[in-house]
Amino acid sequence: MNPKADPPVGIPEATPASVSAPPGGPGPFRRLFPSRQRGNVQDQVYGFALKGFGILLPVLFLFMVHRIGTSAWPAIQTFGWGFITSQEWNPVLRDFGALPFIFGTIVSSFLALAIAVPLAVGLAIFLTELAPRWLAGPVAFATELLAAIPSVVYGLWGIFVLVPFLRFTIQEPLSRRFGDTIPFFEGPAYGFSMMSGAVILSIMIIPFISAVTREVLVAVPREQREAALALGATRWEMTWQVALPYAAPGIMGGAILGLGRALGETMAITMVIGNRPDISASLFAPGYTMASVLANEFTEATGALYLSALMEIALLLFGITILVNIAAQFLVWRVSRRGGS
Amino acid sequence: MIMEKLSDAGERTVGQSPVRSSPSGNRPAPPPRTGEPAPDGGLAVAARDFSFWYGKTQALDSITLDVPVRRVSALIGPSGCGKSTFLRSINRMNDLIPDTRHEGEILLDGSAVYSSGRDVVELRKRVGMVFQKSNPFPKSIYENVAYGPRVNRLVSSRGDMDALVEESLRQAALWDEVKDRLDRSALGLSGGQQQRLCIARALAVSPEVILMDEPASALDPIATQKIEELIHELKDRYTILIVTHNMQQAARVSDFTAFFFMGRLIEIGKTEEIFTNPRQEQTEAYITGRFG
Repeated sequence: MNPKADPPVGIPEATPASVSAPPGGPGPFRRLFPSRQRGNVQDQVYGFALKGFGILLPVLFLFMVHRIGTSAWPAIQTFGWGFITSQEWNPVLRDFGALPFIFGTIVSSFLALAIAVPLAVGLAIFLTELAPRWLAGPVAFATELLAAIPSVVYGLWGIFVLVPFLRFTIQEPLSRRFGDTIPFFEGPAYGFSMMSGAVILSIMIIPFISAVTREVLVAVPREQREAALALGATRWEMTWQVALPYAAPGIMGGAILGLGRALGETMAITMVIGNRPDISASLFAPGYTMASVLANEFTEATGALYLSALMEIALLLFGITILVNIAAQFLVWRVSRRGGS
Repeated sequence: MIMEKLSDAGERTVGQSPVRSSPSGNRPAPPPRTGEPAPDGGLAVAARDFSFWYGKTQALDSITLDVPVRRVSALIGPSGCGKSTFLRSINRMNDLIPDTRHEGEILLDGSAVYSSGRDVVELRKRVGMVFQKSNPFPKSIYENVAYGPRVNRLVSSRGDMDALVEESLRQAALWDEVKDRLDRSALGLSGGQQQRLCIARALAVSPEVILMDEPASALDPIATQKIEELIHELKDRYTILIVTHNMQQAARVSDFTAFFFMGRLIEIGKTEEIFTNPRQEQTEAYITGRFG
């Protein structure tokens, strides 16, 4: 059979639209949905539905950006760049600046990441490299259950367990001992603080990071491990010098997933961070995040400019999250290229 | 399956081969001969009634054989015959696989490989390994060769390391091809170069024994030829055990050949004897291509 045989007569659509284009060119609908095969109605409906789903989501995304953008427009016009450099947040005087919220979101998220990554990676190494099977299964399951706890439950636990614990066991002794010398431990220990927010976020993102890390460690080719061991490497050397570097891009991907979650997390952190729009070097001082101010203040946002300012914060949060993700993708790409072919 | 094929092959050849005896002569095999020790030395590796199980599946059944020093010994046999399992037992690579057990003993230079006090890291330093699929680390060519000496703390100064890397690459006949790009990724090398890099990496820790698990099975004929030439050059200094599916290769590179079948050692002897005048009919059936 000649594979280049002409398409069967009566099914002209079987050739690509660009080849057999009718005089006026294919309509926009044809171009978007070129039908390669006519015969089967079921396939057509199926393909059509899937394309619909595929297009629906980008459209929804653009619609949301547009809606938030137009709502934020009055605030953008009124405050300009001052919105992201000003520390004033005074609804009564209609003076709005978002810097404390941006600061709170970024600092709490990166602190959470700094706490969570070593713990999560350590846990994943333990589960994949060291733990006996009877222990690894249940521990992994319990870790993943942490991801299933609703964030309001975390918040409640934070208020009644974590905050008092941090206040009396960690913050007060540190404040007494180092309060005068180290700015991070300055000031009175309220409990509700940047530190509490970061700790609760870190607990919430550990399951994500450790699950991803576990998977990429398991995916390290056996040949790589055997190569190291056959050269006289110990288990420890094999893990740290071969398995972890090989898995590094994936681990970073997991960390980014966690960071994305931390940036957007609202309920739990709102309940423990103290909600005061101040920028302080002290980890014991209350803070405020972008997500928290949206959740707390949209109901009382009287006046168009107030609401518009909140909308601009939403837009900024959106933008920061996208930027972090792009930066992270780039980082992963760089790391995976290094040493690659 | 294999047994069927074997007896099929046996029946078909009745009358052609004067050395054939009874059609059911597959088993039990008489005790295998051992390879004769090299004139200048003793035994590098010896197995004594060594058996191995994956879970409930027995992979090796009472293997007893001797591997002479500074010779190339080939392990041949059909897929699943246990030759790779045996090879990987010598440097205890099978320890990584859960739910395995063994009986009997393997001796390296007279001392038991599986004894409880054995330092596995030291064992693997003395017994290098080259794998079927070349597995360089995703690092530079230099770092790949330097990895073994580094983890074993063999050299201290940068200059010594440079010299060791060069010497290892030279021994693996790779130096001239890579000397100008030592800091480039090893993954940019061709398949054959990668495999020779893995050999250089194994040589860098100065092993006594080198285990090669089908080192050329994924390579083209030219690259295969280079590996075989390399094996030829290395046998003056190292004891080499090579597992191969390719009988011509075994005939070309080895001094001694052991034929494994269904977890048992059927026959071992000088390569030319095994290939020209095998004592066991299973060996003959295999080397003449009647099964496997």
